[in-house]
Amino acid sequence: MSEQDLPAFALLGFGTDGWGRVLVLGAVLTLALSLASMTIGSVLGALLAWARGSRRGWLARLATAYGVIMRGVPELLVVLLLYFGAPGLMAAVAGLFGLPAPGSPPAFLTGSLAIGLVSAAYQAEVFRGGLLAVPKGQVEAALAAGMGPWLRFRRIVLPQVLHHVLPPLGNVWQFNLKDSALVAITGLAELMRVSLVAAGSTRRPFLFFAAAMVLYLALTSLSSAVFRRIEARGSQWAGRR
Amino acid sequence: MGGAAMNADVTFLADTALAIVRAVPVTLGLFVASAIGASLLGGGLVAALTAGLAPVRGIARGWIFLFRGTPLLLQIFMVYYGLAALGPVRQGPFWPAFRDPLFCAGLAMTCCCSAYIAEVLRGALAAIPAGQIEAALACGMGRVTRLRLIVLPQMLRLALPAYGNELVMMVKSTSLASTITVLDVTGVAQQVIAHSYRTLDVFCLAAGVYLGLTGALTALLRWAERRLDPTVSDGAGEGASR
Repeated sequence: MSEQDLPAFALLGFGTDGWGRVLVLGAVLTLALSLASMTIGSVLGALLAWARGSRRGWLARLATAYGVIMRGVPELLVVLLLYFGAPGLMAAVAGLFGLPAPGSPPAFLTGSLAIGLVSAAYQAEVFRGGLLAVPKGQVEAALAAGMGPWLRFRRIVLPQVLHHVLPPLGNVWQFNLKDSALVAITGLAELMRVSLVAAGSTRRPFLFFAAAMVLYLALTSLSSAVFRRIEARGSQWAGRR
Repeated sequence: MGGAAMNADVTFLADTALAIVRAVPVTLGLFVASAIGASLLGGGLVAALTAGLAPVRGIARGWIFLFRGTPLLLQIFMVYYGLAALGPVRQGPFWPAFRDPLFCAGLAMTCCCSAYIAEVLRGALAAIPAGQIEAALACGMGRVTRLRLIVLPQMLRLALPAYGNELVMMVKSTSLASTITVLDVTGVAQQVIAHSYRTLDVFCLAAGVYLGLTGALTALLRWAERRLDPTVSDGAGEGASR
């Protein structure tokens, strides 16, 4: 019996003919990829937000330019550039040290880096907004109370920034999750790629793309529920509402 | 020898730039068509969200949930490959359209972005103070007059910044059409790379084109925002936007 004649439940199931396990593993990889790129984006985004507010003009301008470029260029182009450009770049760096070309970096690394670089530009905006939301008088009051920079950051700035930043960060996360599908073009077996492979080898594209949609919907709605939970916890903790 | 190599470089870059610029109408056409489609559909979705019939509201909510919760790339593949595998589509009267990758990309983008635009418009609608609607009712305005004079002008102004962001996102999203063989700016760039193996310069040229497009759009939107700002255009603004 060819795979084209198998009923949908057998194809999507966890049996020997089923793609269920592969699809679920793909969803797990999508989640891991999104988490990795979100983390990269958070670290770089925080640095960019700090650089934007820096007194060194060139640093602030550099961070602004980064944001304009990354938010004005398609994400797909960034993924493609890293995917095709990384081996050459790595060979060039290795060449500087007189080492042989190391070949292509792992797809997970280039993928999460590409999505993370884009995510950083958006997260920088979010963090900047959060920093601006802390009243200046409070920082001055903390200074007057003799708090050091670390204590000031931990007790006064951070809790308020977190409170302001969580809802828009949830939005960025949703975009991250969906942008991670672009990494499929590098061949990484995340959910989008897996559904393409399954659609191709069984010749049932409608079925497998629909299954992938259901899994993506599960990921996006589950994570938005998690964010809502954290936000509720956060506003309770901040003593508001 | 160095001179000749540089000449070849310049020729290659000029040829590539020309090829990429020639693809701009495809990118721009895809953007304009799906922006118009998505805006109309988004408006319809908001109307459906405020409808009296519960099933109509449910369909609109389901539509927004589906298209906002899944990647556009997957939606494009679903329309281009997924629907093509279905008998009714293959044998139906619209098959010539569904066989065209450009149409499929436009259709997927229209559906996807309509969901985002509907959310933007819904937010703007909710931001209009209820007192104004009540005042319009008290003045004896009918449904259409109310919509035309009170609701729509303010919605336009309130929604414009977020709506503009969606439009910029749409310009960038058009690049996904290249994954289903559409030769837009990204598609042509990939084609050139496949022949020349020169990744960085070609992608930078393409990125420059997109930056130009998004930059021009942003400038246009900022101009429109200023035009619609009641504190600038005339003193009669009632400051109801907050």
